[in-house]
Amino acid sequence: MILLTAEALTMRFGGLVAVNDFNLHIEKGEIVGLIGPNGAGKTTVFNMIAGYYTPSEGVIRFRDSVISGLKANRITKAGIARTFQNIRLFSELSVIENVMIGYHCRIRSSFFGATLRLPLYRREEKMMVDGAMKLLREVGLEEVARERSTSLPYGKQRRLELARALATGPQLLLLDEPAAGMNPNETQELLELILRLRTDYDLTVLLIEHDMKFVMEICERIKVLDYGTTIAEGTPHEIQNNPRVIEAYLGEVQRA
Amino acid sequence: MERSPLFCRRAGTGTGFLELTFFLQQMINGVALGSLYGLIAIGYTMVYGIIRLINFAHGDVMMMGCYFAYFGILMFSLPWGASFVAAMVLTAILGVLIDKGAYVPVRHAPRISALITAIGVSFLLENLGLVVFGGRPKGFTTPDMFAEVYEIAGLMIPALVLWTPLITLILLSGILFIIHRTKAGRAMRCISHDMETTRLMGVDVNRVISITFAVGSAAAAAGGIMWAMRYPEINPLMGIIPGLKAFVAAVLGGIGNVTGAMLGGLLLGLAEILLVALMPEIAGYRDAIAFGILIFILIFRPTGLMGSKLPE
Repeated sequence: MILLTAEALTMRFGGLVAVNDFNLHIEKGEIVGLIGPNGAGKTTVFNMIAGYYTPSEGVIRFRDSVISGLKANRITKAGIARTFQNIRLFSELSVIENVMIGYHCRIRSSFFGATLRLPLYRREEKMMVDGAMKLLREVGLEEVARERSTSLPYGKQRRLELARALATGPQLLLLDEPAAGMNPNETQELLELILRLRTDYDLTVLLIEHDMKFVMEICERIKVLDYGTTIAEGTPHEIQNNPRVIEAYLGEVQRA
Repeated sequence: MERSPLFCRRAGTGTGFLELTFFLQQMINGVALGSLYGLIAIGYTMVYGIIRLINFAHGDVMMMGCYFAYFGILMFSLPWGASFVAAMVLTAILGVLIDKGAYVPVRHAPRISALITAIGVSFLLENLGLVVFGGRPKGFTTPDMFAEVYEIAGLMIPALVLWTPLITLILLSGILFIIHRTKAGRAMRCISHDMETTRLMGVDVNRVISITFAVGSAAAAAGGIMWAMRYPEINPLMGIIPGLKAFVAAVLGGIGNVTGAMLGGLLLGLAEILLVALMPEIAGYRDAIAFGILIFILIFRPTGLMGSKLPE
């Protein structure tokens, strides 16, 4: 079953074409990688899927409904969650509150219900706290639930972002450089965590990453962007041996 | 504009005891006035905290609240309690409508555009008030419960002066509860930190902003009604000075911080009342004090008393 399709996506900022004629199909349950040199347009693709940008051209479909042009909160509600390249946690909030905000869209209580502490809200609040604790356990952060999010070390902040994204109840998870700044041990743990979460939460994953070892190991399919254009697509093995990819990363081989 | 009966200086009373009662009386009066500033300042600070907009129409929203209460009592003969609650609800709705009608269209415009829009809304409300309600001040009836004067240990205390801080405290607790213990409040705190990420977490940001306007406007209505009972008349331009002073209070406390706004309001109220009480010869400058404080705080501590410290 195809979960997400992007057809002929183009994104222009004034005269700059950040992404040009981008096409993507993701099957349910897949882990797909999006790679390319800096400035290739990978994050722009994420921003279009997540609803942060409306594509200049093209259509994005998620589970048979068009989502391009919808507001970001509607897209999140539809089942797409993301993490950020530069961590964007709510620094004023505690670790568990950062996760609880993810439940916001899954709660039915109104403002008055919440203010007056009506029974439905109390049930839902308990559901939120329990759910958030469970997610924190999943990513190994239950011991620091009451601490401020920014007091956590870097690797834990990344895992907290992951838990927060999961709290929105996604089917598709967009991970923007999840392994950035991690040492090899942490990267390996992250890889195992993502694989485990995929099984446990029935997830499909689209990720951007520069750590090639990580990408080759975790992804089943990879798409390579350069200057906004798709230059290659295939299994990790095919990508590793694709001359256009090597050229994009290493520069054109000088012929003597 | 100051017509409080407590305001005459007890000159020549002589003994130390009376000096003390005089001082205490002024303190109580200052706390009452300060609570009103604080209550109005909460609306400024909440809106600023969430969308970085100084809502200059806030004082006029307060004025509208007074008229709603006035018409509730006079035209619909509601009991005063019901009329005040209805006025708070209507003012909350007005606040939301102002946001939807005036501020949503400029949400992504530069901040200066939103600021100018706010000033425009302020003028609109004032002049609409002049046209619809007329410019002549209307007498505001104070319920008997607030009009009484208690004599406690030699102090003459109008009931309103006691009730004002009490009602303010209840409303402040309610607002702090909303901000810290409900999902809308959690979303408010998230939006004030990073609106786009909050949206990506599935939060309907515009809805949360509407709730913020509603809560802030309802608080302003409550403050306005107590203001109208204190200086018992209302007119369409009555919101200007309390609005500006509440703005000073919000900046003094650290704009964006609700507890700070209340603290700023209390300090401002006390400073004003005490200065006029102790130095009646400069009483005419009482409004200047507030703005002097504003200038002072902007120069020496622009983030306010409870605001976060700026990075070096």
